[in-house]
Amino acid sequence: MTMLTPVPAISIQGVGKTFNPDSDEQVVALDGIDLDVEATEFVSLIGPSGCGKSTLLRLIADLVTPTAGTIEVFGKSAHQARLDRDYGMAFQSAGLFSWRKVARNIELPLELMGWSKADREARSAEMLELVQLPEFGNHYPWQLSGGMQQRVAIARALSFKPRLLLMDEPFGALDEMTREHMQNELLELVSEVGTTVVFITHSISEATFLSNRVVVLSPRPGRIHDIIDVPLGDHRTEDTREEETYFKCATEVREALRHVGASP
Amino acid sequence: MVAAAPGGSAESVGRRWVQTGLLVAAALAFASLLWEGYKIVGGLIEDRWPDVLPVGPDDLTMPHVWEIAGSFIEPVQRGSSEILAVSLFKAAGFTLLEAGLGFLIGTVVGLGLAVLMLRSTWLDRALGPWINISQTVPLIALAPIVVTWGRTTFLGDTVSVALIAAYLTFFPVAVNGLAGLKSPAPEELELMRSYAATWSKTLFALRLPAARPYLFPAFKLAATLSVVGAIVGEISAGIRGGLGRVILDYAGRYTTGPEKLYAAVIAAALLGLFVFGMANLAEARVLRGEGRES
Repeated sequence: MTMLTPVPAISIQGVGKTFNPDSDEQVVALDGIDLDVEATEFVSLIGPSGCGKSTLLRLIADLVTPTAGTIEVFGKSAHQARLDRDYGMAFQSAGLFSWRKVARNIELPLELMGWSKADREARSAEMLELVQLPEFGNHYPWQLSGGMQQRVAIARALSFKPRLLLMDEPFGALDEMTREHMQNELLELVSEVGTTVVFITHSISEATFLSNRVVVLSPRPGRIHDIIDVPLGDHRTEDTREEETYFKCATEVREALRHVGASP
Repeated sequence: MVAAAPGGSAESVGRRWVQTGLLVAAALAFASLLWEGYKIVGGLIEDRWPDVLPVGPDDLTMPHVWEIAGSFIEPVQRGSSEILAVSLFKAAGFTLLEAGLGFLIGTVVGLGLAVLMLRSTWLDRALGPWINISQTVPLIALAPIVVTWGRTTFLGDTVSVALIAAYLTFFPVAVNGLAGLKSPAPEELELMRSYAATWSKTLFALRLPAARPYLFPAFKLAATLSVVGAIVGEISAGIRGGLGRVILDYAGRYTTGPEKLYAAVIAAALLGLFVFGMANLAEARVLRGEGRES
């Protein structure tokens, strides 16, 4: 499915990250990471706390710089990709600005990119439709439930149609029901837009259901322990969660996690 | 889950205002009763054991409440057509102008310092101690110096007094402003970085709006401080026209009309209350509807 793309969406080679090098409090967060993510692929990062998955995501986002190796995003440096606004980001806390109404939160990146008011409003309306909150543009974030806020955060991350979406446990604070619902919605959304996704999670079922590949990291220093393919196809529904392959892959992820020595 | 708008309906807001008004009136009545009660009981004590009370209950030391109240509608001087209330109102207006200018200067300087200290940790470390030390210098000592400067330059007395007021007002704005500018969560700052937003765009789109809940309490404090600063400035500069001079005058003529000094002090308090109320109103208008992050 990726033969048409000459370069991978993300290419990570020999990447390491040491915090506070040359000091007593030196922490090796990541070591010897090699990973390619193909365009439109959905890749999850899972592992016990301290395995550096958050750091890996921030390295791709150029929010942190590696101490070893190279990271390319769409064939250019991660730094250039950030400047080119090639990716959108979503965090566990929705991180909506409380003083902006919902629509204006979605328009924030567009404003920073210098879009005209009319274009911004048209796009935020379109995004609100897409995340099924068309009537909430004029509300303040506090008036929305946690799941709705997270939908707005995703709409904001996708508002400028980036080719890559980086998500740090975006559904971590949601209840199980809302969470599964949001997973379905997310898959529909990214397949519609054709976005590549790197997704951090603590949930085995979430990683298995969403991903084309699940990357299992081991802690201290963070290394890639195993990469599990999830051949569930591109069209996944509620029924996917009851397929044999789904259980088989979830078991593989669970065993890999057990091997790296911690509950996720 | 959609909650109701904050503040409630117009009706309940109206009821709250009426309640507040009644409470204030009740507090005033209670204070008046205490005052007059002290005078009565104090008079009996004074008759039997002279000079034991810290404050004498006589009419010169403590004029009757109704005399203080009545003085507002009496002529400023014998034969004058202007009543005291009007004269105090004009003086308050004059002082308000100086205080307002001082508030403005203090806010601009305070915010400017906060932004500078945010921008550079080096400046933060260099300026921080000086900003704290600045408030340990007694204003009364500083005021004559500033006024003298003002008179040797083109600035003039009004600006001098405003500068004295600004000296008090910049402090809370700088301290709270810096805390507010630093208040965004790491993820919010990462989000701005992910958009490749420049430092100044991050300042205006994130840090300054996030600082507003920190700034408004500082503004309220600064507003009342600006009135204090203006009155102290007027007194030490001996400027005519403001409440400071009026207080000074009536203090000098206390024996012939003690109630007038009390009236002038009440006017100063009312002016402080007024500017505090304005800052409160501004906060309510600006932060209206935003609610709290849950």
